[in-house]
Amino acid sequence: MKGNSYYSRKLHSLLGVIPLGLFMIEHALTNYSAFEGGQQGFKDSVDFLHGMPLVFFLEMFIIWLPILFHGVYGLYIAYQSNSNVGNFNYGRNWAFTLQRVTGVITFIFVVWHVYETRLQVTFGNTTYEELGSHMHDIVSNPVVFAIYVIAVLAATFHFANGLWAFLVSWGITVGPRAQKVSFRICLGIFVIVSVLFLLSLFAFGSDEFASAPITAFTSASAV
Amino acid sequence: MAETATAQRTVKFIITRRETPEAAPYTEEFEVPYRPNMNVISALMEIQRNPVKADGNKTAPVCWESNCLEEVCGACSMVINGKPRQACSALIDKLEQPIRLEPMSTFPVVRDLVINRERMFQALKKVKAWIPIDGTYDLGPGPRMAESKRQWAYELSKCMTCGVCLEACPNVNERNSFIGPAAISQVRLFNAHPTGEMNAHERLDELMEDGGIEGCGNSQNCVRSCPKGIPLTTSIAAINGDTTKRLFKKWLSM
Repeated sequence: MKGNSYYSRKLHSLLGVIPLGLFMIEHALTNYSAFEGGQQGFKDSVDFLHGMPLVFFLEMFIIWLPILFHGVYGLYIAYQSNSNVGNFNYGRNWAFTLQRVTGVITFIFVVWHVYETRLQVTFGNTTYEELGSHMHDIVSNPVVFAIYVIAVLAATFHFANGLWAFLVSWGITVGPRAQKVSFRICLGIFVIVSVLFLLSLFAFGSDEFASAPITAFTSASAV
Repeated sequence: MAETATAQRTVKFIITRRETPEAAPYTEEFEVPYRPNMNVISALMEIQRNPVKADGNKTAPVCWESNCLEEVCGACSMVINGKPRQACSALIDKLEQPIRLEPMSTFPVVRDLVINRERMFQALKKVKAWIPIDGTYDLGPGPRMAESKRQWAYELSKCMTCGVCLEACPNVNERNSFIGPAAISQVRLFNAHPTGEMNAHERLDELMEDGGIEGCGNSQNCVRSCPKGIPLTTSIAAINGDTTKRLFKKWLSM
């Protein structure tokens, strides 16, 4: 690695929370609209996001480039680490190892997930309007559904634990008491964001998302 | 009858050895006659006196380093039953047998249990872990230190450069240039000193480089392992805060 790794590591830490952490919460809320509002609710959320001005640049600077840097540099950080949870069987040490394992899982998953969803829209194989039923087709496969559940939990753990470590790495939570309080808050964030993602996964898997939006809309109004 | 049983009691050891720094490590088993209140050092001395393995064959005596024998010099640090600690304060009565002794192989192994902690002393030089007081004339007494500050700074001064925190850290390894927790805590100690504070920025700058404080991955094994109970993770987080402030001040040219 060329250049001063202090700056690279600091940038890596910052990008993980701003913007990627914020994007993750936004993604969880958007997906949750599928659970809360069904086909129409999800479609409205997607329309809102893609109706934003300069959406291409927002995606590029808030999502793609930060993920690319955070992911690639994160792989390098994982490569630089040993795991010694055998001899040092402590909670924080497990979190250290899991942070690296979930980071690698998340990076691989994100590449696949972006290919399967966002890039399929670019290729013209699906549209933003059909994303709900497109997701239904994906998660209808029980193996893929299981992979999604594992990946979502891994990504959420990586975010919540990363947020905890961010607060230490920037010198915000210094003493053990502050770190204990921030641990509880981050644990709460992990639970809430995980539940949002899991509920939306179940929603996508349900029959409501089985067909195209128009029919779903009529059947929903029939009910 | 009971006395005979006590006299025959032995302590089992499995010791990881190697003859030269480059040689491959191997293990040897020893059975040392038990005495009350033994520690690992006195058992190693027994092996030195009578270098016979458990199978009855003679071997070269096991090499180790020790000095103060009261857990303040850090020389006898080794991995005992998987945990890095000082051999002098490792009491046989409190250890599970067979007792496994290994060198702290995060450091270059010189021979058997002897390691080279040179990198720790280099790290102290790098971060300027001292207080410059020399002048061409008598500079007089320095500013006083508040008692409340002295109390926590004293805890940091207990560091004996033993290397246990580096051995416990998953980020101190051959793929990583991380300086380790001990030197970072010493920066906090010397930056807390009223005279040392005058050069605080120089020490922070040394940690804002490759292998500096960014190498910490928050596994917090160091604070769990430190034999002196030094709040290493608090030091790291505090210096994280100081280096972050320094980063922004440098950018803003303050």
